Amino acid sequence: MAKPVEQLERVIIRFAGDSGDGMQLTGGRFTSETALMGNDLSTLPDFPAEIRAPAGSLPGVSGFQIHFSDHDILTPGDAPNVLVAMNPAALRTNLNDLPPGGTLIVNTDAFTDRNLQKAGYTSNPLDDGTVDDYLVQRVPLTSLTQEALKGVGITSREAERSKNMFALGLMSWLYTRPTEGTLAYIAKKFAKRPEIAEANARAFRAGYAFGETSEGFATQYEVAPAEMPPGTYRNITGNQALGLGLVAASVQSKLPLFLSAYPITPASDVLHDLARHKSFGVRTFQAEDEIAAVGAALGASFGGSLGVCTSSGPGIALKQETIGLAVALELPLLILDIQRAGPSTGMPTKPEQADLLMVMFGRNAESPVPVIAASTPGGCFDAAIEATRIALKYRTPVFLLSDAYLANGSEPWLLPDVESLPDISVEFATQPPVEGAFMPYLRDPDTLARQWAIPGTPGLEHRIGGLEKEDVTGNVSYDPDNHDHMVRLRARKVAGIAADIPELAVDDPDGDAELLVLGWGGTYGPIQSAARRIRREGKKVAHAHLTHLNPFPRNTAAVLAHYPKVLIPEMNLGQLLKLVRAEFLVDAHGYNRVRGLPFRSDELAEAMKAML
Amino acid sequence: MSEHPGDKSTNGNGEQPLVQLTAKDFKSDQEVRWCPGCGDYAILAAVQSFMPELGIARERIVFVSGIGCAARFPYYMQTYGLHSIHGRAPAIATGLSTSRPDLSVWVVTGDGDALSIGGNHLIHVLRRNVNVKILLVNTQIYGLTKGQYSPTSPLGTKNKSTPMGSLDWPFNPVSIALGAEATFVARSIDTDKKHLTEVLRRAANHPGTAFVEIYQNCNVYNDGAFDAVKEQTENQIRLEHGQPVRFGAEGEKGVVLRSDGACELVDVATVGEEALLIHDEHQQEGSLAFALSRISHTPHGPTPIGIFRDVERPVYDQLMAEQLETAKAEGAGELAGLLNSGDTWQITKG
Repeated sequence: MAKPVEQLERVIIRFAGDSGDGMQLTGGRFTSETALMGNDLSTLPDFPAEIRAPAGSLPGVSGFQIHFSDHDILTPGDAPNVLVAMNPAALRTNLNDLPPGGTLIVNTDAFTDRNLQKAGYTSNPLDDGTVDDYLVQRVPLTSLTQEALKGVGITSREAERSKNMFALGLMSWLYTRPTEGTLAYIAKKFAKRPEIAEANARAFRAGYAFGETSEGFATQYEVAPAEMPPGTYRNITGNQALGLGLVAASVQSKLPLFLSAYPITPASDVLHDLARHKSFGVRTFQAEDEIAAVGAALGASFGGSLGVCTSSGPGIALKQETIGLAVALELPLLILDIQRAGPSTGMPTKPEQADLLMVMFGRNAESPVPVIAASTPGGCFDAAIEATRIALKYRTPVFLLSDAYLANGSEPWLLPDVESLPDISVEFATQPPVEGAFMPYLRDPDTLARQWAIPGTPGLEHRIGGLEKEDVTGNVSYDPDNHDHMVRLRARKVAGIAADIPELAVDDPDGDAELLVLGWGGTYGPIQSAARRIRREGKKVAHAHLTHLNPFPRNTAAVLAHYPKVLIPEMNLGQLLKLVRAEFLVDAHGYNRVRGLPFRSDELAEAMKAML
Repeated sequence: MSEHPGDKSTNGNGEQPLVQLTAKDFKSDQEVRWCPGCGDYAILAAVQSFMPELGIARERIVFVSGIGCAARFPYYMQTYGLHSIHGRAPAIATGLSTSRPDLSVWVVTGDGDALSIGGNHLIHVLRRNVNVKILLVNTQIYGLTKGQYSPTSPLGTKNKSTPMGSLDWPFNPVSIALGAEATFVARSIDTDKKHLTEVLRRAANHPGTAFVEIYQNCNVYNDGAFDAVKEQTENQIRLEHGQPVRFGAEGEKGVVLRSDGACELVDVATVGEEALLIHDEHQQEGSLAFALSRISHTPHGPTPIGIFRDVERPVYDQLMAEQLETAKAEGAGELAGLLNSGDTWQITKG
């Protein structure tokens, strides 16, 4: 007997459980099913830095939120409509986010006295009125899974571990997701252990069947495919897009990629991805420390490779001396900073935007470095190519900023046409000078980029280094006027990039908004979403989002001057705000939160309204 | 002009191209600015006159250095050169060498640069066996910062930062290199051009990392630090592969290996020549080389010089290149294919 199917425009589901419950895997599979359905989607994994905090404890809770819809969406959603809580700790840490009336699906088997105690509950919240305001679905997930797996020939403990697949099956039925992809995934992942593959597949099917037959689930839901531009799509995280973008940058620049890194959360996945792309001539180097990683990348750049290093804030702090050397050497170098909450070790898995001033100014002396920030997971691909373009064309280190939210969050990504990617190749110097020595600091008059001769080129042997250079000859120089000239020249070279980047685009539908909201980096989705929300309420707001932070786009001053009020939301205490005030003398206001979580659209909407 | 680097000739068997250059070809147009009397002059001269032997074109040679007096070395070589930052030369050279296996990459460093601020990079380049040649110029003092004790200064060194004597037990660079799994470890002396050249020759021919400690006199801040070995040649224990280890003006002294694994200095007449330790550069375990390195923790008495260890182990650069070749053999990367990999779906115009 088929159950009624209700159409929904959008749904936000949060899976929450113990670190060992496989919530990231469950969320990831549900995301893949949803992507194949053609919904627009956005995800937010939220997990602890501890690999396995004590089972059942509050710090051990791992969550995965997915927002999917039949229309264009920008964020993983402020609050879930549905919370799947695999144990009391997951319930306790997530229930506050579930609005009254929301659906709560709980694994009742996990609500034992011991687990309740670990979560700090003195009575069972399922019975004491705590969940009265919600639509509660009580499912004994563990025992149902164990029952379904009788006869598979695995231990009771192994059977219990398949309960996430039961939950995934149930949710797949509830939201009419396709199942073939997950079944194929299970078969492949556990190919070497057929009994585990069988257990997971059976648990998944049992969960699906439970939805079909259980009286508790009266309705099935459908979310129609979203209207999106035609083309081929895949679901992608920011870190995956960075990896692909770097390979594309290598292909489009015709330079071999040398990527070095010291493992650090949340950047390590970029190293992992590129280590699998050796067929593109990609060399990956896991260095002994952060300093060696950037040093090796710079050494590779000197040799004519595309030198790249990936890290996060604490690692960047260690790399800064070498980045200053790259400024003096005027060699291309790409540094990826996947920002996380700090200071110090901070909260390694949580996003923040507080490295902006460090990458701008965190080196000794006048040491200008171009800075680019990706705005969306898919946008990380384009940002990698753009950052490489600037590094190569201007012979300069370039910072590319992402953050833990973009790194791990995902969205559907329209695959670019390879033919349309820009040619970012460079020319090495190859001709020996007619007379005299090679002049390594002879410059292109337009870009001010010095000529780049790589070892192996006869007749162009030369020495460069961190001591101040005489312009043109590159000889060591302590001449006062030369130093003043070189300091200004390096600054002018970076400032001049403004002529070579797109103007700052402003989203101001009616063109007469009084308030400009200026953002940068990973806050694009929440800011744009908030702007759309208050526009629906009849209010006017303009949104501009910076990808290039150093130099700023050449029309930035004009854009700022056009609006009487400027609001700058940032996940820091006002770093872009300081730059904008200092550079443009604008009385901009900040909206600043550093909670280790992306902005919610509703809080930004309130902040915007407060300015109107 | 036969000296022109582009003018390649072939060697005797007509296969390998050889470039015929002279020491003069390796002198850059830069004025050498070390203190008068500095041992660096002798090392530079030895390197410049040895370089032509390599038969490698100047454009394929790169000198990389960090910070310190000796770090100025690349400026004076008419090759490619990179004068980097303190302690990081091995890391930079690793990136260069592994991405450009066609180059001959040399690192010139000092006791502070290599063993203090850059200690981590040194031990890791050695264990990886990257194809770089490291010349560690040991002065037992910080020269460029004007005379503080270094990680090789003897305990109790009195200087500007240690008026009551240094408290740090010194490193023995050869022991460090051996402990870090180096495949080639040697020691020589700045002013002994013949010995230094022979050591450089062996280092250059070694596949993988070659580590050479060079005793160098800093006549301004630590004059005579190595005189006990440099001037009193009877204290030089010259290591020769396959030969009994002996020294002294008439070779009357020797080295025996005790049952506890340590080396002991003896009179040959007392113990007999057959009791002496036979030097074996190729001993895989490295225990003999290590025992020899412990004879003189600081060079104030009989001290071994020469090649302590020379063994073969896979070279990092080659291993990395092989992985790339293996991956490419399964199909060279193709960008559109990569972007389309994984679960994709089509959206057609509705």
